[in-house]
Amino acid sequence: MAELTKEPDQKQPSYRVGLRSERLAGRTQQIFFSAEDEDNYVYPDSLAIDLAKRAEFDATKMDSRQINLTIGRLMGEGHGTIVVHNPLAKHSLAVGILGRLQLHFEGSLGYFGCGLIDGPNVHIKGRVGWSCAENMLAGTVVIEKNAGSSFGAALRGGDLVCRGDVGGRTGIDMKGGTIIIGGRTGAFSGFMMQRGRLIVLGDAGKNLGDSMYDGIIYVGGKIESLGIDAVPAELTELDVSWLSRKLKTYGLEARKGTENLQKIVAGKRLWNYDNLEPAEKKIVL
Amino acid sequence: MCGIAGIIHRGKRVNIGNEMTAMLQSMKHRGPDSSGYAVYGLSSPGQLVMRFKVAEQGDLPRGLEIHHQIKQRRAEVDSRIQSLGGQIIAAEEATEYAFRYRIQYAGDLRRLADHIEDVSGAEILSIGHALELIKDLGDANRVCQQYKLNNFFGTHAIGHVRMATESDVDICSAHPFWAYPFKDIALVHNGQLTNYWGKRRDLERRGHRFMSNCDSELIAVYLADKLNGGYSLEDAMKESVEELDGVFTYLVATSDSLGMAKDVMAAKPMVLYESNDCIALASEEVAIRSIFPDEIETFDPYDGEVRVWRN
Repeated sequence: MAELTKEPDQKQPSYRVGLRSERLAGRTQQIFFSAEDEDNYVYPDSLAIDLAKRAEFDATKMDSRQINLTIGRLMGEGHGTIVVHNPLAKHSLAVGILGRLQLHFEGSLGYFGCGLIDGPNVHIKGRVGWSCAENMLAGTVVIEKNAGSSFGAALRGGDLVCRGDVGGRTGIDMKGGTIIIGGRTGAFSGFMMQRGRLIVLGDAGKNLGDSMYDGIIYVGGKIESLGIDAVPAELTELDVSWLSRKLKTYGLEARKGTENLQKIVAGKRLWNYDNLEPAEKKIVL
Repeated sequence: MCGIAGIIHRGKRVNIGNEMTAMLQSMKHRGPDSSGYAVYGLSSPGQLVMRFKVAEQGDLPRGLEIHHQIKQRRAEVDSRIQSLGGQIIAAEEATEYAFRYRIQYAGDLRRLADHIEDVSGAEILSIGHALELIKDLGDANRVCQQYKLNNFFGTHAIGHVRMATESDVDICSAHPFWAYPFKDIALVHNGQLTNYWGKRRDLERRGHRFMSNCDSELIAVYLADKLNGGYSLEDAMKESVEELDGVFTYLVATSDSLGMAKDVMAAKPMVLYESNDCIALASEEVAIRSIFPDEIETFDPYDGEVRVWRN
């Protein structure tokens, strides 16, 4: 275990932006955090897909199970780009996809869309309901319209982007990855956040970052109130450069400039959490 | 879990019975125990529509005697309406135990309701010029068919599918609830009130009656009490968000309005679609999609939000 960890390094970029828990080394931790390593990490039974091989289907008369089975079947046939027409806000679509895939929904998703995914790039033209991308491990999910509550709950990795407004409890129990909100987020966003970054370009509702252990929240608009343990922090050059790159990737920008985003971090060290060895922390989370 | 839905059209009457059935049926998975509607049709000046029941659906298999009792109870209700100076214009039997009356009555509604509900097994589901409240066991398709709602034209409606958690599976505990004794006001709710008993005792001391142990009924009675105290509907709803404890989202309808309120934790779902012609709300977007299949803009109202729309 010891060789997987190293002593905190004040010069490490993640530490300098305020992420105490990302001072990690070791193969498993690098895979967990490094986008560059993602290509080398595949599940034993991953499907061999060709991103240039495209398929489309109409989901109007299908139930959620039929839609997910159809996506799985098309991946099994090697399709790497799949377009789903008329998802009609059905629940639990595109869940548990453990590999690369370009998936487009020409409409809205209901509850629990894109949960437990590890790797696909999902584009949703409409809105998503509650708990989109819950426990997502890697990949990207981009929503063009609005999103419901518990957006990115327990997110572990990847980028989750909503161009519109989202409901309450965004990024609750977040354990990694990045959530970007183009508009407003509701109350208790970042509640019990443990890692990762939450970027809100609009306003944030009350009790932002309540009981957060770690991680960073950036807000472009007004913050109704901060939760217990959440405190303002100074935005560094490193923050600005990372934010600028990240927002540019998704064609978004902070209305008052990236350098004017407010930064919120955990203000309290939690003995039971902070005294864990980094590798132990990963097991706990 | 339960699912709630509401829809209001501005400046036109549509087949609101069919629309609400489609919305509720698409949320059947949220509550298969009972389904209920509060639909607002064409009001007849000077006349009231009264929906009431004199037995539960669950009473019928318990023996032959209940069929005789239902006839007796209904006759007693007729007699009490007449004794208070009311006139029955038309009487329809929606089911063996549930009825729709059109009456002329100029007296005090509370007195009328209390007299009728004094009859064993009788419960007034609604009284109003435009409101008709229908609820029964089973899914929305079944209730719609049973009560012939597939051709009900009106301006707005609220509805509910119920998964019984803290009270019985019966019509009495099903939603919507009429805001006794105010005509044309009905309510549906999804959530749990944690200060139910304390609030109920307060309201009982103020003379209000409860027909069930369902916490949703308390919101209807609470709003009725506030309206009685001179509050506007919107102000009464804002007050409820402060005073009612727990997690809840509820919809309330009046003769010309539809309102929604969400608790301060925003812990219960609600999706909203708003256009110039129509406002539709539901616990799940799939219900809104059942009547608007084309791509539309929807969003979640926020914590503590109260909104009211007029038709």
